[in-house]
Amino acid sequence: MSLVATTEGARRWVRFTPAERMARFAVYLAGVAAIVWSARTIEIIPEFLLDAPEQVADMGSRMWPIDWRHFWPEVWPALIETPHIAAMATLLGLAMGIPIGFLAARNATPVPWLNHLARFILVATRSIPTLIWALFFVAMFGPGPLAGALAIAFHSVGFIGKMFSEGVEEAARGPIEALTATGATPMQKIVMGYWPMALPTFWSVALFRWDINVRESAVLGLVGAGGIGVALNSAIDLIQWDRVALILLTIFVVVVVIEWLVTRIRERVI
Amino acid sequence: MSATVTRDDFFAPSIGRRLIYAGLIVYVVYAAATLGLSLERIERGIGYGARFLAGFFPPDFTKSDILPGLLESLQIAFLSSLFGTLLAIPVALVSARNLMPRVVSWSGRLIITFCRSFHPVIIAIIAVKAIGFGAAAGVVALTIASVGFVGKLLAEAIEEISEKQIEAVRATGASFMGVIVFGVIPQVVNRFIGFVAYETDANLRNSTMVGVVGAGGIGGTLFSAFQRFDYDFVAGIVICIIALVMVGEVLQLVVKRVFR
Amino acid sequence: MSALSIRGLAKEYVRGKPVLRDVSLDVAAAGITAIIGPSGTGKSTLIRCINRLIDPTAGEILFEDQDLARLSGRALRLARRRIGMVFQEYNLVERLTVMENVLSGRLGYVSAWTAWRRTFPEADVARAFHLLERVGLADFARRRADELSGGQRQRVGIARALMQAPGLLLADEPTSSLDPKTSVEIMELMRDLAAESGVPVIVNIHQVDLARRFAGRMVGMSGGRIVYDGAPEGLGNAELKAIYGGESWLSP
Repeated sequence: MSLVATTEGARRWVRFTPAERMARFAVYLAGVAAIVWSARTIEIIPEFLLDAPEQVADMGSRMWPIDWRHFWPEVWPALIETPHIAAMATLLGLAMGIPIGFLAARNATPVPWLNHLARFILVATRSIPTLIWALFFVAMFGPGPLAGALAIAFHSVGFIGKMFSEGVEEAARGPIEALTATGATPMQKIVMGYWPMALPTFWSVALFRWDINVRESAVLGLVGAGGIGVALNSAIDLIQWDRVALILLTIFVVVVVIEWLVTRIRERVI
Repeated sequence: MSATVTRDDFFAPSIGRRLIYAGLIVYVVYAAATLGLSLERIERGIGYGARFLAGFFPPDFTKSDILPGLLESLQIAFLSSLFGTLLAIPVALVSARNLMPRVVSWSGRLIITFCRSFHPVIIAIIAVKAIGFGAAAGVVALTIASVGFVGKLLAEAIEEISEKQIEAVRATGASFMGVIVFGVIPQVVNRFIGFVAYETDANLRNSTMVGVVGAGGIGGTLFSAFQRFDYDFVAGIVICIIALVMVGEVLQLVVKRVFR
Repeated sequence: MSALSIRGLAKEYVRGKPVLRDVSLDVAAAGITAIIGPSGTGKSTLIRCINRLIDPTAGEILFEDQDLARLSGRALRLARRRIGMVFQEYNLVERLTVMENVLSGRLGYVSAWTAWRRTFPEADVARAFHLLERVGLADFARRRADELSGGQRQRVGIARALMQAPGLLLADEPTSSLDPKTSVEIMELMRDLAAESGVPVIVNIHQVDLARRFAGRMVGMSGGRIVYDGAPEGLGNAELKAIYGGESWLSP
């Protein structure tokens, strides 16, 4: 780190070392290359793009006035179903994600191959989008909210497990050492040591994921997996834009209310 | 109330806790009932599932439309992350309550809430109606979602910065932009890079999904393979998606390390 | 000829509850003026009113032919460039390097674009190196500010303030977060550097002994007013009691 290059007696100061510069430059270059490649390949039909404001305006005019009568009895039951799907999916996701999270945490499970296996399961479940999961479960259990809840649950496992295992890995070592000194088994260490220490992470992950799952459950209906998406899908198929507007507004209100609720609970619990 | 504490008193959960647990169990049973969960249905489903999994093998990677679909998903993810980030920066600056007057920050927050409320796929449906089928609609949908996501996190990061450091920079006579460059940016830049990396990762995952509603990427191929009951092809695509997302996570780590 | 002249300065954060009441003070063109007084008596408010980090409710602050109390926008920024400030908790931008923190003293003189690209004029960089050498941190230029100890951070803080080439140096309890030995070193550094560049210093300080040792003039405040103004030698137990109240803490 020789920044004092006294060639002409004047000292110079540069912000980064050559190695840092190179690494940053490489990342920038890769980023620009990726963007240029993407922009050149993706077909953007100018007519469609120019047309867009008109189309949006047209859509807006069809959405107004909102068809409030549609709310009862079509939208309301679907609306009630949505938080149920989200809640069941979160519970199921926690039930699966927490044990895998413990297996993935290197301090709680000092067995490398188990860590790797658990991490692979977490990444794999997370990388399959909810809609794809929903397609699987609709094929297995038929259309309906059950498939939706399972789809979100399996997609949540990865997120819950990852966040939770990170929380466990941050647990203080002292108390665990003390438990080891008493001759505790690995399972006892988890129950009496890691679990109590990771409890705040557990609550924050559970709440955060519930919030996300409410949003997710709104799209499942597109593939027939229950929730308000079913109503949305049929309204779009029937080109009833005034009903689409009603459903979008309903989703917006539900999401905002749930987010407010989660913030409140978080303030109280954590 | 006796003065001595017995073993039972000590370990028994409080009444409030018991009520919460009981409530939770009642709710689970009720919700399970509304979802139509039954043993017989599970049994049947698992039977289907087994046949289904058997249909996955061997996964089929040979069909020629996997690679173009994957690349298109990748392109959608890159472009939407770029546009989303560029738009999110001003939105976040405007929404930060410690930089802007209340009226201004409220309008910024409204934009963020609106972008965040709708799932990218729902936005994609609208985008497809507005600009037609294809990847461009996917880019628009994921860009809007990115503005909400990065905007919210960045606005929160800006609100958490240390006022003292700002005060010191202001005391040197720096202009508003000078304060931003030397006081605000250094405090948030690392977290910002983390958000963008995370966002690109999320966009990559969602870009495999928007195809289901016709907004480009591998999702459309996957959806039609499903409808054709072409399960070995489905398995091939899904494995490719998992691999792509994993590569994305590794790259994310590399970028974070470079920018420390 | 005084460098700074404060007339009838008052500040109310909440209407009807003044923190500063009618403070008038003339500061000479050289030397250290120490302001002492109990916590919450308006010492920090007074210092921050001078460079307008806090807006005073009433009064005049005359500095270099301008009334600072009436400035705003660009004129205020130009005036701030001439006033350096050292903070109790150093207030360095922690994620920036030591060098960047020192150079931030020139922010009032360069454009945001220059600041962004870190292309400060060569003379500024040379001066920053000189100051870092003077405060004994030349080898730390590339270190990040959050890697430094408290004493080192405060040295950077002083270098940053002097980087502005100020006509007045304000210091808000510069030693309150430091141990006794480092406190003395920081005060020595401030005295020497200020004398070298001929800058008058106004310093808020809690340690009366330290103030006596370095200041040529002591200003005692209590309840938002100046209750003592004079040489350190004139500050006896009676005066200290008037400033701080109580007496059990005084040495007999």
